[in-house]
Amino acid sequence: MTVRQLKYFQALHEAQAQLLASDPRVYLMGLGVPGPTGIFGTTTGLQERFGADRVLDMPSSENGMTGVALGTALMGRRPILVHMRMDFAVLSMEPLVNQAAKWAYMYGGAMSAPLTVRIIIGRGWGQGPQHSQSLQSWFAHIPGLKVVMPTTPHDAKGMLIAAVEDEAPVIILEHRWLYGISGPVPEAMYREPLDRAVVRRAGRHVTLVATSYMALESLRAADMLAEIGIEAEVIDLRSLTPIDAETLGASVAKTGHLVVSDTSHCPFGVCAEAVACLPDAAFGALKARPRRIGLPQVPTPTTPALADLYYPTAHDIALAAAQSLGAEERLPPRPALPPGQWRDTPDPSFTGPY
Amino acid sequence: MVEQAISARYGEGEMRCPTHLCVGQEAPPVGVSAHLLATDIVFSGHRSHGHYLAKGGDLKAMLAEMYGRATGCAKGKGGSQHLVDLACGFMGSAPILASTIPVAVGAAWAGIMAGEPRLVVSYLGDGATEEGAFHEALNFAAVKRLPVVFVCENNLYSVHSAMDVRQPDRPIHALAAGHGMPGLHGDGNDVEAVHALMGEAADRARGGGGPTLIELHTYRIREHCGPGEDGALGYRDQAEIDVWSLRDPLAICRAKLSGAGFGPEDEESMRSAIALEIEEAFRFARASPYPEAEALTTDLYGIARA
Repeated sequence: MTVRQLKYFQALHEAQAQLLASDPRVYLMGLGVPGPTGIFGTTTGLQERFGADRVLDMPSSENGMTGVALGTALMGRRPILVHMRMDFAVLSMEPLVNQAAKWAYMYGGAMSAPLTVRIIIGRGWGQGPQHSQSLQSWFAHIPGLKVVMPTTPHDAKGMLIAAVEDEAPVIILEHRWLYGISGPVPEAMYREPLDRAVVRRAGRHVTLVATSYMALESLRAADMLAEIGIEAEVIDLRSLTPIDAETLGASVAKTGHLVVSDTSHCPFGVCAEAVACLPDAAFGALKARPRRIGLPQVPTPTTPALADLYYPTAHDIALAAAQSLGAEERLPPRPALPPGQWRDTPDPSFTGPY
Repeated sequence: MVEQAISARYGEGEMRCPTHLCVGQEAPPVGVSAHLLATDIVFSGHRSHGHYLAKGGDLKAMLAEMYGRATGCAKGKGGSQHLVDLACGFMGSAPILASTIPVAVGAAWAGIMAGEPRLVVSYLGDGATEEGAFHEALNFAAVKRLPVVFVCENNLYSVHSAMDVRQPDRPIHALAAGHGMPGLHGDGNDVEAVHALMGEAADRARGGGGPTLIELHTYRIREHCGPGEDGALGYRDQAEIDVWSLRDPLAICRAKLSGAGFGPEDEESMRSAIALEIEEAFRFARASPYPEAEALTTDLYGIARA
């Protein structure tokens, strides 16, 4: 029996449709949610199916509307709030950080704040300084928020359902370049844990840990490494709260080499946190210093000439792994870009919108 | 004509950045800028090409910016959404709604602090009036009686979201009263009407009378972001687009000018000259180099001191 394949955006769409159908407390809100492009296809047709009271647009008021969503959550609703780009979600930090994250704790557990916020990380075609930020470390730093970054269509559906059913406020970060990838997705509702990493590929020489789109790049890096006889184990982190130290530790104890990749800047970020979370046994097994792959500490440049230097690729990950193993001379150099071409689209079939 | 040229060439895939064209919204920047001195300053949002050019922004640098070249007005780092030209007083544009409004207020306040008041124009859209920052900025501008003119181009849509799901049935200019400042409004497709409203607001600001909110009723003819049309998306009626297309600001202006003796030949010679300028600017942009790799890490912490 062949397993049904869905694209990432379709898996999110199906999760929301099933949540809306199965739980009358759930509603879905965001600027453009009922619009013609339906948040890159993830909300298309849902207002027609579930009505304008449960699937709705909102004013351009990210700060205020996050507070509004929180208020409904306290009173028993299960809101899903959507931001087309993380940069706009920055405007909602006050109600998320000061209020939603602390609500249960600061009132002694009298209430829950079951708010789910979907936030999309943009990339490519010159999204630039204010349309491509990847601020997961901000959220993960705040006690009370759960932060997840599903990579596959399967996890996108299962983790979104688990997020909405969770009692805590959950931030679910979706990378725009994952929207077009396909994978097996069961039709029935299911839940994926919000606190576990998953091993995507087994290997014994080096551990590649990564979040979101960088997990795909790590799988590509593992292919490159296999060509030169290095077997990489690839771990998709999926959750930042907490980082799954047990899964990481078991792998590093086996390989002794670690490269962590994240979609955001390195300083004060996920990569360092993943290294710091390693259990004692894994730390003792390290044969080389762990390496971080992330964005340089500058804003995203718009021009493709600089964006190409800004975003690390599979080759950077493979090179870091090879260096850790002292095998960098075996790795072929990064292929040069043909003139007039840029690495600012996920694949040639992708034509936007971004 | 600039926007049409961008639209025609966008598909070539060399202007690789989100681009918001102002076709249909040409009158506000022209009518507003006619009152501005070189020392007056302007802030804008994502749909800023008209605001930049009408203030005197360098066309070559704007197109080079969109082409991602080192000669761009932001060295290629900002793209269409982050135009800047300090030589003419265009201080910047940014796509996060309402974010530049408080910054414009601060710039006006700094002029007062320095004892050299200058007029500041803050361009915004209808969507931005739903943000808290808009109201907070208006409040403070009124408290300090700052020389700011808030120019709201109400084109009825925030991306694809219509007004009725975002705001109650009350005019945007009425918000001014709540913040203790005059609120004006008028036909944003009639450059003379815009000019008259801006004249009143600019006189008040320069005379120490404080800020004004102007709501200009206008319409975005093309898609929210990108080079094309979007009638097929269905979020607005084609009939509505057609009605507004008939109210094209250039056509309205042309009709008025023809009464003043400005004929088709005059327009044709004007268009020819502008077309040459546009061609030259595109040549410049396309011939310009991309930034060198070192540029990735420069400019992070401000202007380096010698």
